[in-house]
Amino acid sequence: MKDYSEINELQLDALKEISNIGAGNAATSLSQMLGRTINMSVPRASIAPFSEIGDYVGGADKVTAGGYLRVDGDMPMGMLFMIETEQAFYLLDILFGNVPGTSNDWTEMHCSAFKEIVNILSGSYLNALAVFTNNVYSPSVPAMAVDMTGAILGEVLQTVGEISDYALVLENVFIEKEKEITGQLFLLPEPKTLESLLKALGVL
Amino acid sequence: MAKEIIKVGMAAFSTAVEPASLVTIGLGSCVGVCLWDSAKKIGGLVHIMLPDSTQARNVTNKAKYADTGIVLLVEEMTKKGAVASRLTAKIAGGAQMFNFPGSNSVIRIGERNIEAVRMCLKRLNIRILAEEVGGSYGRTIEFFTVDGLLYIKTINQGEKTV
Repeated sequence: MKDYSEINELQLDALKEISNIGAGNAATSLSQMLGRTINMSVPRASIAPFSEIGDYVGGADKVTAGGYLRVDGDMPMGMLFMIETEQAFYLLDILFGNVPGTSNDWTEMHCSAFKEIVNILSGSYLNALAVFTNNVYSPSVPAMAVDMTGAILGEVLQTVGEISDYALVLENVFIEKEKEITGQLFLLPEPKTLESLLKALGVL
Repeated sequence: MAKEIIKVGMAAFSTAVEPASLVTIGLGSCVGVCLWDSAKKIGGLVHIMLPDSTQARNVTNKAKYADTGIVLLVEEMTKKGAVASRLTAKIAGGAQMFNFPGSNSVIRIGERNIEAVRMCLKRLNIRILAEEVGGSYGRTIEFFTVDGLLYIKTINQGEKTV
């Protein structure tokens, strides 16, 4: 596979399916961690040129909290969890047992807890993938940034940019019903990983 | 008079003539390179993502790389009537958004982008009038063709015009 733009509809659907399995596992873990029901929307899989990626995530200047980690080993890829800052604080308030609306500052404890959420989400997502593909995944610890969506995405997409002019974005949205919290989890497989995934899915 | 604002996406470029302005939103480790011909009031902006096209397998989008992106922008501005020897530059971006413990050179891409942009501008004899680079925060920039000013907005680091 030379470029992500070569991926066909059937392959995109297969990728959606696999992201659904991963994200399902992640939603269960998050749900246990927070003691709340967490739902998922239908996954999105799309291929977009870099110049349009800002619009794709609802505006490049929106302020979001992003947790990013790299996966090395057999299946190199990036994983990014993005959520609007207010909603991130709400998640953290639930986690700490505070009245929602208590948190409004990124203290060390908040950052650390946010990274832990990202850790749990990505870890359970990757576990599901590992069972499916029989590969070894070695995720790094997450790093985080609270800033413009475009700035966060730009850096995350660098690795992809070295190979392609398009970004393949596998997106799952987690929804906490009561407050309609939505967070987006992006899986950004490198071409080699993408091939392995497609092979495991039987569509390559 | 309503002034035209031209949006430039990631790994893209655009040129503009007075009184239009060029905007790029959310520069992280990417670098926004703004070139200006003060006599013709022609401006250009390229939103580069990576330092070096010679490392790439195939270069289909020149605007993605510092080396090819700046050359491309100069060419396009010249076509619009700008004079290459008159061009000056202002650059912004090249931050490091994520800090991994023991991060390697691949992740410190912002710095490499800045360095590559400086080198390329030097090679083309384009003087850098202002730099607003580095740090660990995103920047949104607007470049005005009327006076060559560059407005930089951040979330927590205020805003300024250079």
